[in-house]
Amino acid sequence: MGTIQVSNLGKAYKQYASRWSRLAEWLSPFDTVRHRPHWILREINFSVEPGEAVGIVGINGAGKSTLLKLITGTTQPTTGRIATSGRVAALLELGMGFHADFTGRQNVFMTGQLLGMRMEEIAELLPGIEAFAEIGDYIDQPLRVYSSGMQIRLAFSVATARRPDILIVDEALSVGDAYFQHKSFGRIREFRNAGTTLLIVSHDRQAIQSLCSRVILLDGGRVLQEGEPEAVLDHYNALLAVRQNQAIRQQLGEEGRVQTISGTSEAQIIAIGLYSAEGERVKSVRVGEQVELRVEVAVNADLPELVFGYQIRDRLGHVVYGTNTYYLDATLTEPRRGEKITFSFFFAANLGPESYSISAALHASNSHVIANYEWRDLSVVFNVVNTDRAAFVGTAWLPPRLECSRD
Amino acid sequence: MNSLLSALWAYRGFVLGSVGREFQSRYRNSLLGAAWMVLNPLSMVVVYTVIFSKLMRARLPGANGSFAYSIYLCAGVFAWGLFSEIVSNGQNVFLANANLLKKLSFPRLCLPVIVVCNALLNFGIIFSLLLLLILLLTGHLPGLPLLALIPVLILQVTFSVGLGVILGVLNVFFRDVGQSFGIIIQFWFWFTPIVYPITIVPEKIRWLLTLNPMTHLIGAYQSVLVSGKYPDWPSCLWVAAVSLLLCVLALRLFRRHAGEMVDEL
Repeated sequence: MGTIQVSNLGKAYKQYASRWSRLAEWLSPFDTVRHRPHWILREINFSVEPGEAVGIVGINGAGKSTLLKLITGTTQPTTGRIATSGRVAALLELGMGFHADFTGRQNVFMTGQLLGMRMEEIAELLPGIEAFAEIGDYIDQPLRVYSSGMQIRLAFSVATARRPDILIVDEALSVGDAYFQHKSFGRIREFRNAGTTLLIVSHDRQAIQSLCSRVILLDGGRVLQEGEPEAVLDHYNALLAVRQNQAIRQQLGEEGRVQTISGTSEAQIIAIGLYSAEGERVKSVRVGEQVELRVEVAVNADLPELVFGYQIRDRLGHVVYGTNTYYLDATLTEPRRGEKITFSFFFAANLGPESYSISAALHASNSHVIANYEWRDLSVVFNVVNTDRAAFVGTAWLPPRLECSRD
Repeated sequence: MNSLLSALWAYRGFVLGSVGREFQSRYRNSLLGAAWMVLNPLSMVVVYTVIFSKLMRARLPGANGSFAYSIYLCAGVFAWGLFSEIVSNGQNVFLANANLLKKLSFPRLCLPVIVVCNALLNFGIIFSLLLLLILLLTGHLPGLPLLALIPVLILQVTFSVGLGVILGVLNVFFRDVGQSFGIIIQFWFWFTPIVYPITIVPEKIRWLLTLNPMTHLIGAYQSVLVSGKYPDWPSCLWVAAVSLLLCVLALRLFRRHAGEMVDEL
């Protein structure tokens, strides 16, 4: 139970030259084809094992939603086939089939029926749905007096009232307020731990990383990369900035981790390293130690402006801290071709004991999405060790001053 | 076919629930509620009766009793109402539920089934009202021939739903279908002996009217309700043949284009 097998899947929409040519094709007694196929997805192959959690990422228009719709059975594939085993539940469009004139309770029954549940089954699940949605007495009020957050909460509760064998989620992880987001996220996590197979489309890197063991990157309707989350997500991040003639390279870096480099190469990082206060290059840093991140940049073209930014990431790729010279109010204007620039960032490594990496980027304005000269993941890898501080947990070092009084 | 039926059966709760909700939602925010359901056709019948039998002094040839024409009219108008409700909702059913079809996976044939159930529910209420009216006006009911209306009703639903689904599928791809349907059904109404008896149509073109399946269906209601006679069964065979053909065609069209339909919505 809970497997997904996708083999040679393709989806094309029919494009007709005019409305009349469709009629001509329908009425023609011969098998004449008067349409051109417009391919959305092509040659998609992957399989998901029971209990596995797989993320799907890709820029807008890559075909993610179409893929999910094909798997849930809303649309039919043009080529290939999809085999799923077990009960599939989808969080694609929350609140589908809700009717504003009916009460929350009636809507719960309605939606449940639309999902193929029996009345008795819904009645049995109702207390749990009410409790999870936390809408109190509103359950007997018509839906039109609900706030949008309450509607979403109710919709999420109904859709996840039963644990499915396969749960398909499309950007539904961020519903409601922060409190409910934690709660809904918790429920999805709970399902996964209980053995539900997860297939998640999200732009939220953190969500994908904390849930998924494997990520599939779609681009232009094809699988561009499939594998371990960090490498695929870095590739995706690089794709986000793809513009004309940018190359994306992935190479095996230190410690066997995949390093992603992308950009136009109009400016390049020629050297980057972490240095101690004594000026020695270091791979290991003590908690709270003063360090310097030194970067040498070569400018290969006349540019309007240049910003250098970096992110410190933990082992899972979560960003612990990031900034850039734009935020630090030091954007360089009109760097000339052939110029060499050195940046030195001095900071205290107020980090918890763990392994960290630094992603560095050269771009214009405040983010790499506008003009990306170079983006380099895993450009520095270093460890923080706790040799001289009181023991603590976590990735941030926030030593408190303690006052304790006993009466 | 079997899988289609079992899928529908699995979603019976959804179908029944939808029918109930549609019924409720139609009258939910009105003061008179379900009374509107009766008031609409009743007003139509009053208008027709007053204009035709009182003002124009139209009499139903061969029928005695002053209310014969009213009953004739009611039988025709109400039976036509069932047909036109199924077909006009059917031709629009996939477009109207585009959102549901695009976002959720469920047996698509539930939608026309819901349309039929809704129409039958409305017809049931109106028809019982009509029987009550007949009882009040003439003092007696048609008796046993009334049961003959059950097969007629089945035939009528088959015919209507076949046509409705065909138009519904076509309408997704060619919106002209929906536009032209509004015009065609007007002509069709007057091309069927509902307001007038078939006997006033010149002999020469009467055969044209007998090609129209609705002539026989409406005729069956009229003969049972007005004169208490059994329907003309042989003519119903023609209707049965047409209905069967339409249903087969509808199912083929639906199966072939159901997938593409979602892409087009």
